Amino acid sequence: MKRRIVSLLAIATMTATMFAGCGSTESASTETADSSTESADAAVELAEDTGKVLNIHCWNDEFQSRLKSHYKDYEEVDATHGKIGDVDVVWTITPSTDNAYQNNLDEALLAQESASADDKVDLFLVEADYALKYVDTDYAMPLKDLGITDADLADQYKYTQDIVTDSNGNLKGASWQACSAGLIYNREMAKEVLGTDDPDEVQALVSDWDKFKETSEKIVGAGYKMCSAFDTYRTYSNNVSGKWVQDGKLVMDKNIDKWIDDSKELVDAKAETTDDLWGDDWAKGKRPEGNIFCYFGPAWFFNFCLAADEEGTIANQGGWGYCVGPQSYYWGGTWICAATGTDNANLVKDIILTMTTDKDVLKEIAQQDADCVNSKTVLKELASDESGNLELLGGQNPYAQLAEGAEKIDLSNLSAYDQGCTEELEKAMKNYFLGNATKDEALDMFKKAVHEKYPDVTVD
Amino acid sequence: MAKKSKVVRYNKWGYIFLIPFLVVFIVFQLIPLVSTIYNSFFENYRSGLTQIGPNFVGIENYKTIITNGDLPLYFKNTMIMWILGFIPQIVLSLLLGAWFTDPSLRLKCQTFFKTVIYMPNLIMASAFAMLFFTLFADSGPINSLLIQIGVFKEAFKFMSHAGTVRGLVATMNCLMWFGNTTILLMAGMMGIDPSLFEAAQVDGATANQIFYKITLPLLRPILVYVMITSLIGGLQMFDVPQILTNGTGDPMRSSMTLIMYLNKHLFSKNFGLAGALSVYMFIITGILSMVVYKFTNSEKK
Amino acid sequence: MAEKKKQSGGGIHARRLVAYIVLILISFLCLFWFYVLFINATRSNSELSAGFTAIPSDHFIENWVNLKNGTLPIIRGMFNSLIIAFLTATLATYFSTMTAYAIHAYDFKGKKFIFTFILMIMMIPTQVTVLGFLQLIGKMQLDNSTIPLIVPAIASPAVFFYMKQYMDATLPLSLVEAARIDGSGEFRTFNQIVVPLMKPAIAVQAIFSFVGSWNNYFTPALVLHDDAKKTLPILIAQLRNADWLKFDMGQVYMMIAFSIFPVIIVYLILSKHIVGGVTLGGVKG
Repeated sequence: MKRRIVSLLAIATMTATMFAGCGSTESASTETADSSTESADAAVELAEDTGKVLNIHCWNDEFQSRLKSHYKDYEEVDATHGKIGDVDVVWTITPSTDNAYQNNLDEALLAQESASADDKVDLFLVEADYALKYVDTDYAMPLKDLGITDADLADQYKYTQDIVTDSNGNLKGASWQACSAGLIYNREMAKEVLGTDDPDEVQALVSDWDKFKETSEKIVGAGYKMCSAFDTYRTYSNNVSGKWVQDGKLVMDKNIDKWIDDSKELVDAKAETTDDLWGDDWAKGKRPEGNIFCYFGPAWFFNFCLAADEEGTIANQGGWGYCVGPQSYYWGGTWICAATGTDNANLVKDIILTMTTDKDVLKEIAQQDADCVNSKTVLKELASDESGNLELLGGQNPYAQLAEGAEKIDLSNLSAYDQGCTEELEKAMKNYFLGNATKDEALDMFKKAVHEKYPDVTVD
Repeated sequence: MAKKSKVVRYNKWGYIFLIPFLVVFIVFQLIPLVSTIYNSFFENYRSGLTQIGPNFVGIENYKTIITNGDLPLYFKNTMIMWILGFIPQIVLSLLLGAWFTDPSLRLKCQTFFKTVIYMPNLIMASAFAMLFFTLFADSGPINSLLIQIGVFKEAFKFMSHAGTVRGLVATMNCLMWFGNTTILLMAGMMGIDPSLFEAAQVDGATANQIFYKITLPLLRPILVYVMITSLIGGLQMFDVPQILTNGTGDPMRSSMTLIMYLNKHLFSKNFGLAGALSVYMFIITGILSMVVYKFTNSEKK
Repeated sequence: MAEKKKQSGGGIHARRLVAYIVLILISFLCLFWFYVLFINATRSNSELSAGFTAIPSDHFIENWVNLKNGTLPIIRGMFNSLIIAFLTATLATYFSTMTAYAIHAYDFKGKKFIFTFILMIMMIPTQVTVLGFLQLIGKMQLDNSTIPLIVPAIASPAVFFYMKQYMDATLPLSLVEAARIDGSGEFRTFNQIVVPLMKPAIAVQAIFSFVGSWNNYFTPALVLHDDAKKTLPILIAQLRNADWLKFDMGQVYMMIAFSIFPVIIVYLILSKHIVGGVTLGGVKG
């Protein structure tokens, strides 16, 4: 009986997505007959849920608060416990500092087979940089084995699926966020130096890296700086032509090499800083005195880093503008994966579907939590709607560009080694940018560090 | 000999008193230690979630560490930063200890000073490093001060020069630990019979004489303790440089310590290389401690 | 004689002046950090990211309220930290004193070997054995338990070494023998004569162990998984990992400040035994 209710719920959510606007269980259940053809190609028969406990592993309470406010059957018991129906939800929250989250998750997954029913991991969350480490193993369950079909996920952006597709082409996770990012520029400075603050005109001046460099010369000429070399890294690394590690060997992509050379040139020309992201120096740019022309960031960056509620910041005066920048890329986001061996497959399926495909839920998330959500339809609505106009961008509505950017991102070239490679490359290259090492020395350092982290990867 | 025979019938108590220590020690330290050494002879790490090994490789791990030449470099870094911090630390501690115990100086507010010096150790290393970061940032208060008084024309990048990074690490270590050392020394000094000082004063000994002839010799066991534990602590230096340089040991690993290097192998759970590295560290520490112990003990005779 | 006294008197004034200047400077350097922490705890996240200032702001209460009403069980965390640190300090000092006493006061076969052996143990970096340690506690079913954080303190080589050195310097065996002649049992002698005599050393090491355990992040983060069992440093790390909607350095600093107060109090209580000179001369006899 319980299984029936859950699968009805799942179908209800699917139907609800078709009838965006009304999604109450009763009205949806009447549609069940119509949508049976739809569910037929999801022909996977899930075993009945036997688990009394739903174990969720994550590194902060972001997903917990999303579930609490948008998954209607979730009831909070305390900070790490909840209830969905008569299933107890247990949150294992380990901070990611010092890799503690992954260490803990590794142990839990490796012990999954022998773990008692109540201790088995059911859901775990991953970030893009190390998603493949988990996705490319049997510990993460293909979504199709849960009965989630491509049709269910059709409204999601492809790049969010690239990140969690394993090397055999199986999709093993889903996200409610689509964090396509762009270039956030200082309007005042644009007007003064470039003679315009119109997003389209500014975009034309930074539409590729050569133009970006030309523009940077003007900015430097006026006594300002563009951004930090590390702001631009992801823009390059999202647009590589091959994976970091191929056949067990570290491969430097041309575009990565271009990032190194471009950045060095711009740092030497005093157009870019070498400030670490999130550092005090880097954050100075959100005020006019920071003399920084732009940041690179997605929608969450607006609220999080620009401090619009604070007197004297550029954002406070609505002084930022937004354009796509030299290349489309994304930054951030959290993916939900189902752990193989879960004894709550139906519930897991329903959580994934509700949280990442239900348009009502996604729209709610977008409006309440200011997440840029993983739904083409919802983003389109926001783009066409006054509510998408942001004061800190001087009234500009960035959602059309964000949606356009998200379409363009291609992340088929991710590897399980990205987190380590990215971190070590940035660290090593800082030495080169600052003149403490030659490019070769910095590259050698980088390769050495990669080999230390991944002893199975050979470097030349 | 006579003394020994008196003690002899109580000697079984020596074993009894050792039991708790030895049992706990064997369970929680010796077993992990033996597994560490055992592991050093195997290729044994994780690539993602895939376990590689353990495959027996003999002394391959030891060879790798020797041949890639990292060990001497990180050993040198570690020692430089330790010595840079330890010398001011021990000098300051001895000086403060001597002042506090010098009856002729009669310092006021001693309790206050004695209490305050240990306080930096109460702050978590990570919080301490966060504060240092803020203060020494390119646009931080130290830089603006130095620019204002005309020392620099533009912001000095403290974190991108080997000298300043090492200096900052040494400063932080010294600040965090000199109070600790002073307390150890003071506790030792308080164990000295005060009548010895009084007698010396009556005999007209100067403060210097009292310090060198009475305090220092009687402090020797504690000094040996301070030297050896600081040396071991120094060789195991980790959190301050780790947090200050965000784990990079920048610039170009010039502030990377042995344990930071070890920590890099823990990322891939590389029990093999990490095990071999710790055996090396064990040997290095052992030799150095032995030297310090012998040196300070032979001086006594 | 009078001349000499006068000379040294002038020297003393100069030396006293130097001592005061150095002490005041050092005190400033020691207390400055607490001031900065306090200032930062009064500032909001955005003020903090604008850089350092020396003037307090007015978000102190707000930060505290946010922290207290957040999802992290900070009171519980403080309680956990207190229990673990207190038990660690107690076990470490008591049993290390006992072990040191065993080596100091008795003569038995293998004594030298055990002493050298314990010293060698001290040289092993904790970071290495922690991997074997984790495997071990996994096998012993002690994962997610506070026991592996407390019980190992019984074997603290560094504390033992200090106690041994301190006994060498200050504990005459004649005292022990006198107790024996009075008919005191060995265990009673240890508890009622040796431990009180070791008070300054015990206080010193109790502080060090307490603070060490209080500020330890590395091992607890690997062992404890339940929020209800976590210690303050883990909760601080968790706060710093908060998602972007909730990220708030003001709260982080508030929590650091909050977590420092108990240690300061414990320190002030214990430090009396060291700096107050209460026990001064106690070992004369």
